[in-house]
Amino acid sequence: MTLELKAESYRYPGYARSVLRDISLTIADGETVGLIGPNEAGKSTLCLVASGLAPASVGGELRGTLTIDGEPMARLATYELAERVVVGFQNPNTQRSGIAATVFEEVALGPMNLGLRIEETVKRTWAALRLLRLEAIAERNPARLSGGQAQLVGIASLLAMRPGHVILDEPTAQLDPAGTRLVAEALRQLADAGTSLLVAEHKTDLLDGLCTRMIVIDDGQIVRDGPTADVLADPMLVELGVEPPARVRLQRAFATAGLDTTGGLEQLVLEEARTAATILPAALEDNR
Amino acid sequence: MLGRLLRVSLLLTLPIAISVILVSVFTRAGETVLFTIGPFDATAEGVDFAGQTLVRLLAISTAIGLFGLTTHPAAFVLDLERRRLSPRLAFIALNTIEAVPAMVERAAVIQSAQRARGLDTEGSLRARIRGVLPLVGPVILSSLTEVEERSLALEVRAFGRPGRRELLWRSPDDTVQLLVRAAMLAALLGFIVGRMTGVVPPTP
Repeated sequence: MTLELKAESYRYPGYARSVLRDISLTIADGETVGLIGPNEAGKSTLCLVASGLAPASVGGELRGTLTIDGEPMARLATYELAERVVVGFQNPNTQRSGIAATVFEEVALGPMNLGLRIEETVKRTWAALRLLRLEAIAERNPARLSGGQAQLVGIASLLAMRPGHVILDEPTAQLDPAGTRLVAEALRQLADAGTSLLVAEHKTDLLDGLCTRMIVIDDGQIVRDGPTADVLADPMLVELGVEPPARVRLQRAFATAGLDTTGGLEQLVLEEARTAATILPAALEDNR
Repeated sequence: MLGRLLRVSLLLTLPIAISVILVSVFTRAGETVLFTIGPFDATAEGVDFAGQTLVRLLAISTAIGLFGLTTHPAAFVLDLERRRLSPRLAFIALNTIEAVPAMVERAAVIQSAQRARGLDTEGSLRARIRGVLPLVGPVILSSLTEVEERSLALEVRAFGRPGRRELLWRSPDDTVQLLVRAAMLAALLGFIVGRMTGVVPPTP
């Protein structure tokens, strides 16, 4: 299932200025793509347009085409898209329907809306809960969860629809480090399970190791699209105000200190540790 | 439970009750003047009318409070849907019920944030009113944004799909509940017939 967006421009209703320009984006089945860029670059808008919600539900004007497996998404109603592309937002509270008494019912709402038989709804719900290790909180009230748990329930609710593509707009933006770790682990499991992902994030550490491909957007345009390692090591990120992941910053710090990291960071750290292990006993003896 | 019900009922009644007391006691014409404040006479007839209105208000708010405390919103929505009401209408009904506590919660969060920035929300009535005004904009705007995002999140989950849904469960409806409902309906009908035939006298 390939998602393809070729947009000359997109603008929100009531605005003359286009928020996206000259976008060409193709996401293949099972591909994991990270989307980074400075604030107001157009990440959230790209997520809305790629999911088909804009302009269908949000309004505005899209000049271009959005297709899924060659079929124009504009021809499909939003509820028909639900089994193909889903999008999750950054605020875990607004992901909640507000009409479910338990986490199980919350996750089951999507499959129920699809008009599935009850057995299938229950099967999909348990599968989504199991994938994100949420079985233990299935009976909890979804309104009384921690931020991380609530975001995971939001993601599980999307997965229960069995979509081909999952788009997430800053899923850890409102989470503390513990919540971010929970979501990062869950996303890794999704990627391992072969789910195609487009994740917009400021936290490049989360995307590093999760995504195989990275897209950089600035002022509504894609300015870089390539393999994760190459894009995250590009000095352009710092110029755009995007903080590179710790791995890249560490490499740069070692390089500045004149240390060779061509064999990889792990190799360098091992060598330094071996050197320290040979020097330290003698140094300690001298200081005794 | 009874204590919570009374608290909820009083909270629901209080804002209207204050205005009812002021308007009825001081502006209702009557012959028995109890006391006078400036140009306003507090009359016994006004007090009597205010008392009757308050009892009615309390009866309504207790019924609403009792419903809120005994019925889970999800059970209410599923039961409405089971009775062939559209899920959209059920959703609107539920969100209307939940809107007030959600806004109160959000207002408390925004108030704490504003206080941290030095906004004075305590002290005299004037200071309190001055302190509340900056909260109104953020509370309303954030509520609208949340509603928009929540409706998008629901659309993503095919909430707008036409046709019936197979519901996960039925809310329990045992014999006692059925009997109580039937008894209440019978009492209501009896009361209406009583009033129409004059057996039950009208309130003065």
